[in-house]
Amino acid sequence: MRVPLSWLREYVDLPATETGRDVQAKLIEVGLEVETVEQLGGGLKGPLVVGKVLTIEELEGFKKPIRFCTVDVGTANGTGEPQEIVCGARNFAVGDKVVVVLPGAVLPGDFAIAARKTYGKTSHGMICSGDELGMGDDGSGGIIVLPPEHEVGTDAIELLELVDEVLDIAVTPDRGYALSMRGVARETAIAYGLPLRDPALLDVPAPNSFGYPVKISDPLGCDRFTARTVTGLQPEARSPIWLKRRLQKAGMRPISLTVDIANYVMLELGQPLHTYDRSQIQGTIGVRRAEQGEKLTTLDGAKRVLDAEDLVITDDRGPIGLAGVMGGANTEIADHDAESGTTDVVIEAAHFDALSVARTARRHKLGSEAAKRYERGVDPQAASAAAQRTVDLLVLLAGGTAEAGVTEIIAPTAPRTITMPADHPDKVAGVTYGRETVVRRLQQVGCDVYGQDDLTVTVPSWRPDLAEPNDLAEEVIRLEGYENLPSTLPKPPAGRGLTERQRLHRRVGRALAGAGYVEALSYPFIGENVFDQLGLEADDPNRRVVELVNPLSDEEPALRTTLLPGLLSALRRNDGRGSHDLALFETGLVFHPRDELKVAVRLPVDRRPTDEEIASLTEALPVQPRHAAVVLAGAREQAGWWGKGRPADWADAVEAARTLAREAGAELIVDQGQYGPWHPGRCAELKVVIDGDIVSVGHAGELHPRVVKAFGLPARTCAMELDLDRLEQAGEGVLRAPRISAFPVATQDVALVVDKEVPAAVVEYYLTGGAGDLLESIRLFDVFEGEQIGAGKKSLAYALRFRAADRTLTVDEASAARDAAVALAAERTGAVLRGA
Amino acid sequence: MSAPNKSYDPVEVEALKPEEIERMRDEALAAFAAADSLDALQEAKVAHTGGTSPLALANREIGALPPQAKAEAGKRVGMARGAVSKALAARQSELEAERDARVLVEEAVDVTLPYDRTAAGARHPLTTMMERVADVFVSMGYEVAEGPEVEAEWFNFDALNFTPDHPARQMQDTFFVQGPEGKTGDESGVVLRTHTSPVQARALLERREPPVYIVCPGRVYRTDELDATHTPVFHQIELLAVDEGLTMADLKGTLDHMVQALFGPDMKTRLRPNYFPFTEPSAEMDMVCYVCRGESVGNPDRPCRTCGSEGWIELGGCGMVNPKVLTACGVDPQKYSGFAFGFGIERMLMFRHNVEDMRDMVEGDVRFTRPFGMEI
Repeated sequence: MRVPLSWLREYVDLPATETGRDVQAKLIEVGLEVETVEQLGGGLKGPLVVGKVLTIEELEGFKKPIRFCTVDVGTANGTGEPQEIVCGARNFAVGDKVVVVLPGAVLPGDFAIAARKTYGKTSHGMICSGDELGMGDDGSGGIIVLPPEHEVGTDAIELLELVDEVLDIAVTPDRGYALSMRGVARETAIAYGLPLRDPALLDVPAPNSFGYPVKISDPLGCDRFTARTVTGLQPEARSPIWLKRRLQKAGMRPISLTVDIANYVMLELGQPLHTYDRSQIQGTIGVRRAEQGEKLTTLDGAKRVLDAEDLVITDDRGPIGLAGVMGGANTEIADHDAESGTTDVVIEAAHFDALSVARTARRHKLGSEAAKRYERGVDPQAASAAAQRTVDLLVLLAGGTAEAGVTEIIAPTAPRTITMPADHPDKVAGVTYGRETVVRRLQQVGCDVYGQDDLTVTVPSWRPDLAEPNDLAEEVIRLEGYENLPSTLPKPPAGRGLTERQRLHRRVGRALAGAGYVEALSYPFIGENVFDQLGLEADDPNRRVVELVNPLSDEEPALRTTLLPGLLSALRRNDGRGSHDLALFETGLVFHPRDELKVAVRLPVDRRPTDEEIASLTEALPVQPRHAAVVLAGAREQAGWWGKGRPADWADAVEAARTLAREAGAELIVDQGQYGPWHPGRCAELKVVIDGDIVSVGHAGELHPRVVKAFGLPARTCAMELDLDRLEQAGEGVLRAPRISAFPVATQDVALVVDKEVPAAVVEYYLTGGAGDLLESIRLFDVFEGEQIGAGKKSLAYALRFRAADRTLTVDEASAARDAAVALAAERTGAVLRGA
Repeated sequence: MSAPNKSYDPVEVEALKPEEIERMRDEALAAFAAADSLDALQEAKVAHTGGTSPLALANREIGALPPQAKAEAGKRVGMARGAVSKALAARQSELEAERDARVLVEEAVDVTLPYDRTAAGARHPLTTMMERVADVFVSMGYEVAEGPEVEAEWFNFDALNFTPDHPARQMQDTFFVQGPEGKTGDESGVVLRTHTSPVQARALLERREPPVYIVCPGRVYRTDELDATHTPVFHQIELLAVDEGLTMADLKGTLDHMVQALFGPDMKTRLRPNYFPFTEPSAEMDMVCYVCRGESVGNPDRPCRTCGSEGWIELGGCGMVNPKVLTACGVDPQKYSGFAFGFGIERMLMFRHNVEDMRDMVEGDVRFTRPFGMEI
């Protein structure tokens, strides 16, 4: 809502010294969000005067038509001689009154005016357009042509009300009343403690039976309808300057006198009005729901197919308007330039159901000024006053005659009351305002208040948002000033800190960052072609995705089932920007649709839903496990003065999984694996034990060269992804401290030759099992393949450390344990002691 | 060794003459002093303290002296040998110190050599910022609550007093999730959550009976295209306190505490009336501009880009929990009241760390993230 300060002053006697910024601050305090204060005519300086065009000479030979004019500006130019001015506009004729800026003046935008040579003539000033004066579009399509009654030489700055301040208020959805001068004036009056001149307080004639016939078939959709008729409008009557200027400052374009008046009254009182050309209405005006498929061409020229829920205004032919949203073209007020201008109008001031208007506006994607107001709540009591105001202005400005007939159909409604303990606002605020203050503040906003300890509050008709005690509390608290609220701290019960799960999520991030990974947070939107790029099989469950109805991009209409696409994009972006040695990680949710898609029903809100109802919502949501993933490329260690570097490889990716398993307290089983995105020979399947079952949680290794190519990644990019929730489930809980022995260690090294295909993890598993309890640790320190040990073989060298809890081991004991280890490994894996 | 000779006159034994002993001692001392390396000293040591050195030989003679002469000769030789070995040790450590000093000099390195063998990792500042904010409240006794990102409309809207046609529901541009076959458009009842507020409803339902004091950081979604100031995927942190007798003053105090914990002891907040369906009364919360501390207001010479010289930065929305929300979550609004607030983490990061472009927080460029390290 744009509120010109000059207009606002009509209703509230603000001190003359108050600036727009002052009013802004006051209104913000009471809860109107004044976003900006626009300074109209800032820096504007005259002489800017009314002139009369005396002569027009068309200059030839230029790219566009140019006029050389002489203009009578009276004595404003000091000489009284005609002013010579070159002008490029063409929408004026000899004898027209125009606005002339003379040399020495400054127009908005620091545009200094001086006599200057142009098109072979000297132009002593300019004939002005609305834009040049900072007035906005006046619909003239060129320079301003004034009504003829204005005297030559009159100061146009004052005449056109060029200097003003406009408050731009972002009105929240609960405050429909503030979409009017009346509503903003009321808040201003309260904020300043000044009386309000309510523009809706008008003498309105009583309804009678000879007004225009109206029939309401849907009193729930329309609980009030006022119709008035004005006849004998002079088609040549134009909107006066003051009316146009107020509309312009409020952000509306002047159109024609009748339409301008309707818009003006809407801005003033907040009541949307519609004026029908009476000659175009056939029979009784009706209000009903549309028939499914009925058609209506609205004022914007769009042909609309109506829905059975749309509330429509009708005449005997059918719909002539979408109630509260937009009128129909068939009863439009004829433009004054048309051959048969409208002379008789029927004025509609009605009250429509907010929900119905909102739905219709949305259904037809038609947001009008009227709909905006009805949706947020219009004061039903203002309808007859608004109709009267419209009648008055049509009579005054268009020379019309008000017919005596007054139609008013009102569905009976009781005033809305709220009962509230008088100290309720105190309890909400934590401030003792006292009953007197509470009552006074509520009365200020227009409530009637009765009662002592328990207040019965009748809320004003323009405040449909006031429905609960807390709504009333807010009125009191905001008017008493949010800035005056004290600052106290509640005392929550002792908390339990973060949950194990939350701690794990933090640890995971720290551990990966500690291992050199940088966190990236990618968008979860994917296109399904990404699964082809990742090399997933056609029946891979990860191809089943949660789809969006309204994705930002049609290329990415689904939600991720894997973190890899986002992370790989980030990797590629970094690589493209010149960072080549990369280690990135992400933890986040992935989304898997359930086997059977269900609708999440809208549960009631007037009670706690049952556990079954909550469960039904859960069943309608996708499964959303948290994953962790890393991607690596380039060097893991840089080469430098210290020696060689080391490229990131599959083992780093697997190690990232081990890091996470350590943080989760889970035992990770690394198996040789094969899965779409990974190199078939360099892919580890990651497994854990949950409740006694071995469960796969993810994969790690080097990416498949095809995937590297498809994503445009650096060669030998590596990746790991696992299901963090499952890893967490495999956690072994609180760690049991190890018993450490202070007796000396006995170290034994063994080198075992096995077939190349035998996984080292298997050999280690049996060595460990065979070595028995004396084994403290085992470490693979070398892997060797070569002629010496034969083709298809590899040698694995292990360091075994033995220790007893209660004695120093003898060499024989350690050797026996080592031999037992080797024996079991030999038996199960065919390992042969190297050199044996 | 010779046997004791009772008639032996010590004075007559050349080697044991006092002047001879002195000479031997002085020669040894001179040799040690002359040794200019540990090797030379070793030679001198062998020559002057070894088994065949003059003093060792003299010492051997003592046994052959008559008893009355032994004591004096032994004393004399012993003193000489003591002086010699003391001098040897002193020279030894002197030379060792010299050697050590020389070696350590030789081993000196250029400690200014750069070392970027492995690059440091980092967590994303949005993650650590959320944790930091959450920790302020965890230390006060709040607990961290979480909820799904794909959420039922009932939790995201209805339970929070957004009626199906409420204008406020249109303010948020929502991603709708496709429902079962045959359902079109937004009929699935499932959305990407548009705010962290559905966790309010979840927390109240899960905990069943107040007091409930929770804070909820998380990812949220709105259909904005990515640009310098918007992103369709962003982060919020939400706070909810429901208990007996909570007031707006408690809300204000909690906000004040938060900005002081995060931005310094002299920070404060300001509440301005506003409207949200799930709170009543509702307020917009501002904090004193973190950058100019309000000093840019009315001071055209020192304009502040962070707050637009307003002196205040808009943080987010807050208010007293609408009793309708409590009712929908099975909490008796006659008995309990509560407050809630929520704000965007991106915004906080932008003004706290002078981030100018939203895209920097989105793209995962390591050059942006790495300096933020582990904590923020």
